[in-house]
Amino acid sequence: MPTIKSLEDLKKMREEALRKQELKTTTGKTEIIVGMGTVGIAAGARETLKAILEFVDSNHLENIIIRQTGNIGIDSFEPVVQVVLPGQEKVTYGHVNPEIAKIIMEEHVVRGKVVPDYQIKG
Amino acid sequence: MREIALHILDIAANSISAGARNISISIIGNRKDDALDITISDDGKGMTPEMVQTVTDPWTTSRTERNVGLGIPLLKAAAEACNGYFNITSELGKGTKVQVHFQLGHIDRMPLGDLPSTFLALIVGTPDVHWVFQVKHDSKEFFFDDAQIKNELGKDCLAEPEVIRYIREIFTEGIEALALN
Repeated sequence: MPTIKSLEDLKKMREEALRKQELKTTTGKTEIIVGMGTVGIAAGARETLKAILEFVDSNHLENIIIRQTGNIGIDSFEPVVQVVLPGQEKVTYGHVNPEIAKIIMEEHVVRGKVVPDYQIKG
Repeated sequence: MREIALHILDIAANSISAGARNISISIIGNRKDDALDITISDDGKGMTPEMVQTVTDPWTTSRTERNVGLGIPLLKAAAEACNGYFNITSELGKGTKVQVHFQLGHIDRMPLGDLPSTFLALIVGTPDVHWVFQVKHDSKEFFFDDAQIKNELGKDCLAEPEVIRYIREIFTEGIEALALN
């Protein structure tokens, strides 16, 4: 992948990407939420978020919103990741290490299939 | 958490929870003074002197889901074990400043760790906050203010692959060049 050396380069690349995006039908954005309270961070949430960002980058995913949030309130399941596909219910995953994050990104975010193995059911 | 960068992420998460719109983080290593100083300042809702007193006590937490908050007490203990200190100054309605000092060359000082990942997590995860990061090692300095990129591209750009890659490269190259560990 090319290195982006300046903000100018980045602006050019973005304009290109936006043009491509306009050609597709506009759907809503997929939201990915990573719990980043003390417990989440201690359990490895930063590495999980890093893996998600790398996945977004290497697979060139568009229409993604990534957010961090404080403690979700289920400490024993940290790191916790939540995925909300456009127009669908929020799905919560627990013990999401970087490998599991990759599986969730592939199966749920890209293919739209919930991964029950890692899901926390409330 | 055996990494200063993870503690920084934890303290900054408190600033985010306090509703801060502007958060600045500075990490300054100075070999001549054998000092490592970390400062995290925010304009969040702030705390009363009593609250400041209690957050450094392991048996208190602002959280309602669970009864023990250990992030701050652990960092305080780690700093004090390295001839350092931990200090919070806060004013209700104004904001909070956390200062942590370590003896830079102390044998027990935990490593700085993966600072680029911490910064990336903060900037991408909370696009509504205005972030300023400063890392210094002796005379070398890395400085990043996200205002420029947000003004030029809009804050919604922060989940886009090109933008993430661009920011990650700036952080990684800029911080590695300082050789501050």
